[in-house]
Amino acid sequence: MAAEGQELTPTSYIGHHLTNRTVSLGDSPFWTLHLDTWLTAVVLGVVGFGFLWWIARGATAGVPNKRQAFVEMLFDFVDDQVKGIFHGNRAFVAPLALTVFVWVFLMNAMDFIPVDLAALFTEHGLHQHEWKPVPTSDVNTTFALALSVWALMLFYNVKVKGVGGWTHELFCTPFGSNILLMPLNFLFNVVEYVSKPLSHSLRLYGNIYAGEIIFMLLWMWAATGLIGSVAGGVLALGWAIFHILIVALQAYIFMMLTIVYMAMAHESH
Amino acid sequence: MNLNVTMIAQAVTFFVFIFFCAKFVWPPMVKAIEARQKQIADGLTAAEEGKKSLDSASKQAEAAIAQARARATEIVAQAEKRVSQMIEEAKNAAKAEGDREKAAAKSEIEQEVSRAKETLRTQVATLAVAGAEKILKREVDAKAHADILADVQKQL
Repeated sequence: MAAEGQELTPTSYIGHHLTNRTVSLGDSPFWTLHLDTWLTAVVLGVVGFGFLWWIARGATAGVPNKRQAFVEMLFDFVDDQVKGIFHGNRAFVAPLALTVFVWVFLMNAMDFIPVDLAALFTEHGLHQHEWKPVPTSDVNTTFALALSVWALMLFYNVKVKGVGGWTHELFCTPFGSNILLMPLNFLFNVVEYVSKPLSHSLRLYGNIYAGEIIFMLLWMWAATGLIGSVAGGVLALGWAIFHILIVALQAYIFMMLTIVYMAMAHESH
Repeated sequence: MNLNVTMIAQAVTFFVFIFFCAKFVWPPMVKAIEARQKQIADGLTAAEEGKKSLDSASKQAEAAIAQARARATEIVAQAEKRVSQMIEEAKNAAKAEGDREKAAAKSEIEQEVSRAKETLRTQVATLAVAGAEKILKREVDAKAHADILADVQKQL
């Protein structure tokens, strides 16, 4: 979907599909909003959680219908994961895990829609020339999620252990409370606290972004004639099937890490 | 990799969704699930109790049947005993009655016999006296010889 008069090259094709629809809210580059990322994420969240809310509102303790049974399976799955890791009141952590799982899964799943089909809709339906439909292949989304979880982790660290308890933990674990070991402990913890959101967000971003790139390469191949179409189509089908696993797995991993970080924040050493 | 305000927008959206989920989605669903779990657990407990009470009831019924059977056997045995006793009693009574009647008849016969003997004796004595009168051709003073006559009578 290159613009008129522009030569369609692999670089321009990929570059075009990876360009965000931006809205400038201020003077500096920081105030650029990726409208596509944000709006797609909001719509997916509203649809996903709206569906869950609709089912939860009409939930019966009697014999559930198929929709409710499906949602209950999802809830049970998430609750079981939380139960296995997090020991305490699950009233906040379990819905947090559900939110993370459902939202990340839906955002990842946007990858299944071929970019050119999605572009057909965004170009002609929304009249947006540039629209990147997978929010989790935008590093802003994954960092937003990871840093939010990170912030919650810090909040619960302080809330559960108190400022003193948490400070003590920063300086006295994992090697012990010897005064000589304190700098080492602190260094260790700083590295840990910095690496947590980085690995948390970049793992998801990398997986989905790479998946998207591979799809684009295959679709480019599919545009090179009959053999390319068949080969690209078959390989894209294979990759899409494998990608189902990646989409679900990355959502699952993101949820599990969220639960683990919450559990670590609640457990004192 | 250009981090910008999108991150903040996404974070805010994330917290809105977390709040929505924690407030409106998770609690009613979990409530329904837990209510059903409780219902099922209660149902299973009730079924277990029902089974137990059924067991005890059938045990009680068996015991009652066994008791009734034993009682019936006892009653039958008692009745049989009573019957044989009654038969025995009737037999005994009949035998006693027979014996009594036999004894009465016997004594009557004996009385009859002794009376007949007495009569005979008297008559024989009379005959003997008459015979002797005829032999002596004289009148024997019956009064004077009463002692002799009595003696004879006794000897007969």
